[in-house]
Amino acid sequence: MCRLAMKTASKPFSPYSVLQGMEAMQEGYDGSGLGLLLRGVTFADFKYKPTDPILSGIAHTEASLHRLNDIMQEKGFTLKYDHEFDTDLSLVEAKDRHKYFLRVYNVPSAWAGFSQEKIDQELMINRLALRKNGEDHDNDLTVFGFWPDVAIIKEVGWPLSVGNALGLQDGRILSRICMAQGRQNTNYGINLYACHPFFIQGIATMTNGENTAFIPIKEYLSGLHWPGYMGYQSDSEVFAHILHYVIRQLKLPLEAYKHVITPLKTEELLSHPQGKFLRGLRDACRRLIIDGPNCVMGTLPDETAIMVMDSKKLRPATIGGKPGEWALASEMCGVDAIIPDRDKSLDFQPMRENSIIVPPDRKEYKIWSQFDPFPLHQAA
Amino acid sequence: MVSIRSIPSTPSSLTYHDLPWIVEHREDRCQLCGRCTSVCPKECLQLTYRRQRMPQLDILKKRRGSEYKTFVGIRQRTDLDHRCIGCGMCSMVCPNEAIGPAPNANDERTRFHAYQKLDASKRGGRRNDQSSLLDRLMFNRISMLTDPALDAGRHEFYLNTILGRVLSPEEFLRRQSTGEWIPPTREIFPFIIGSMSFGALSPNMWLGLLQGVAYCNEVLGIPVVMCTGEGGCPPWVLKSKFLKYIILQIASGYFGWDEIIRAIPDMQCNPAAIEIKYGQGAKPGDGGLLMWFKVSKLIARLRGVPEGVDLPSPPVHQTLYSIEESVMKMIQSLSMAWGFEVPVYPKISGSTSAKSVLNNLVRNPYAAALLIDGIDGGTGAAYNVSMNATGHPIASNLRECYLDLVAQGKQNEIPLFAAGGVGKNGNVAQNGMGLIMLGASGVHIGKYIMQAASGCLGSERNRCNVCNLGICPKGITSQNPKLYRRLNPDDVAQRVVDVFAGIRIEMKKIMAPLGRSQSLPIGMSDALGIADKDAAEKLQIKYVC
Repeated sequence: MCRLAMKTASKPFSPYSVLQGMEAMQEGYDGSGLGLLLRGVTFADFKYKPTDPILSGIAHTEASLHRLNDIMQEKGFTLKYDHEFDTDLSLVEAKDRHKYFLRVYNVPSAWAGFSQEKIDQELMINRLALRKNGEDHDNDLTVFGFWPDVAIIKEVGWPLSVGNALGLQDGRILSRICMAQGRQNTNYGINLYACHPFFIQGIATMTNGENTAFIPIKEYLSGLHWPGYMGYQSDSEVFAHILHYVIRQLKLPLEAYKHVITPLKTEELLSHPQGKFLRGLRDACRRLIIDGPNCVMGTLPDETAIMVMDSKKLRPATIGGKPGEWALASEMCGVDAIIPDRDKSLDFQPMRENSIIVPPDRKEYKIWSQFDPFPLHQAA
Repeated sequence: MVSIRSIPSTPSSLTYHDLPWIVEHREDRCQLCGRCTSVCPKECLQLTYRRQRMPQLDILKKRRGSEYKTFVGIRQRTDLDHRCIGCGMCSMVCPNEAIGPAPNANDERTRFHAYQKLDASKRGGRRNDQSSLLDRLMFNRISMLTDPALDAGRHEFYLNTILGRVLSPEEFLRRQSTGEWIPPTREIFPFIIGSMSFGALSPNMWLGLLQGVAYCNEVLGIPVVMCTGEGGCPPWVLKSKFLKYIILQIASGYFGWDEIIRAIPDMQCNPAAIEIKYGQGAKPGDGGLLMWFKVSKLIARLRGVPEGVDLPSPPVHQTLYSIEESVMKMIQSLSMAWGFEVPVYPKISGSTSAKSVLNNLVRNPYAAALLIDGIDGGTGAAYNVSMNATGHPIASNLRECYLDLVAQGKQNEIPLFAAGGVGKNGNVAQNGMGLIMLGASGVHIGKYIMQAASGCLGSERNRCNVCNLGICPKGITSQNPKLYRRLNPDDVAQRVVDVFAGIRIEMKKIMAPLGRSQSLPIGMSDALGIADKDAAEKLQIKYVC
């Protein structure tokens, strides 16, 4: 089973503190892997401008690193910063790790006149092209993300050991959001791309539990023939893609996510102020209804964080913390480890109808219920 | 001594050993009450006087030889019109268990005499093929350890499906914001009572079904709907609140539609949907046929025809010139009749051309669904060759259509419904859920409902299957009051309720181990396996052994 931990704070912090939260929850996972997503990144050795894209991944061979350099140069990206991890490869289980890279690039000058949407699309297409290049070369290059202000690390092994291997305790990388998940997707075979958090165009989610409706959802998303909806080495990847689809394609507010993945029952919608609209939305999006026990945690480019349960609350989770600093974890002990000095009376375990939303100001979290009126002018 | 020439041996002569069913009669138990002979729908049983030799065993007497006694026995007739059909009504009424039909273990030869009186043979019922691919499907993606399984008895399950055109999310939001028409949908139970017409079924059967369906909806909360088949609907139903549980079918004969159209102003609610029958799985390319002896006064009134005449529906709709214009026009006209508030969908026979129909419907904004009826579907009357050998099995036909929609990212926008052989051997929930996981949004069940809810005696071993003759011994498919009075509508209703309550439980028992409860597992093909490599490859599911 997977364990999830996320911290969001106004003041940048070390991802190592979240790994310690993972360690507190160690009884719940098999130590098969670690996925880390950092948002709102600060480098100790470099003054980072948060609009520059960060390329995250692993070059498994020297040749692949050269190839990567060539491709990026050819496409007009200029390297601004190449973060050197203090790596101790002896602590890593896998033996084919030539270089973990977090690189900051300047986008090609030709993009100067591009709309934001076009830039977002180009960044994704470039990430997918690099991924494809690695896959075509015997998986010697793995690319997790290419997006401004987001750094992603994924590795096989015990989470804290991976953190030690990469020297994350040295405080050279800090972030305002850190999402961590403590297990490789052993349901479908070890594959670095199958490791949470999943990321697409600035939107990231991680999940525990199993999505039993995976195949029909995957088939639907794949059938949309949108370039980013691919991969699916894990049944949980669709959670990120659905969130992306709801927010970026359908342009619905964040609250709609819960209505799409776990819609209310018909009898509940009959007494809902926007029941008619929500029933129509449920019908139209019924191919995206998830199933199985799941806790989904996600973050958006504006540093909003969200946490939702499956509709039976089979995977509970807790949020706790204080203004300016919140921890979300699948276990109470995870919250305790990440933010021990908090007012525990503010802790909350969302119910099946709740979405927990931590806005970018992080002053307080919002408990939004599906039974509440839906914030959409179209529905009025 | 009997002369050889007087032995009756014509080309069509048959003995009881040549017949599909042999009546076994025990003289020692028979009390000659005559119930079996009077109940036999084929009048196949006769009282006959027989002579039996009584050997003389008294060896002290000088006179040798036999004595004979005369007795009255029950014998079966061997001409085809009066052959035993194995219905077993004789054993049902016999007070002494003295009589009953047994399948002929030898080769029965009646099939060589099927052509009679310048005609080929017809029958009602089913295909008489016990094999079922659906029975071999296994649900094998069990979430027991990867995640806690659900509890079929305690957890909540969402089991309903949607009948009606579903828009893409983008289009739904666009129309929502501009206030444009959004196609009507119905939330229904995915097991639908398939189209069996009011003429084919007896009034008591129909009433029993409707009572049962109403109880399922209003008391148990199972939103079951039933389809009328061609031939209209009783006026009191059209003007009642029960109409919302009814799918009205229009077929090539348009029988019953005068009555329906006239009733529209008085309708209290809309029907569940309108089904346009273009084809039927049991007899593709063949129209319906209601034989003259089933056209009673009531049926004649409903259908707007004289009493006692054959009512053949044409094989195709007379307006059908091409799918683009006439299907679209027909769907549009019927949608318009109910103010675009009722889903209208076509029913076609399983066929290699089903995909072309489907792709046409995808582009028709008013088409609400597509029902594909496979070769194992039943019928009230059809030629043997149509029923036996014409058509397409439902599983691969449905799967191909579903995967075609998947490739376009449009699965379930046109919901696919499947029919034809669901529950043919009694495994109705398993068969139906198998089809749902192959991509169906729901299934239609006809024969199974007749067997389970009203005690239809027909089986895939050519038992009974005389629905076409109006002599249904259970009173299910007869318009003869003497026969249909045997069927109590209340009893049928009770069985309908038991059937759907049972299906609901079995659905949960299938879904819980798969970890599914939030939505019907439409297209969840990863849960299916079959111990047949070719079938697995064709259906794109797992081969297991």
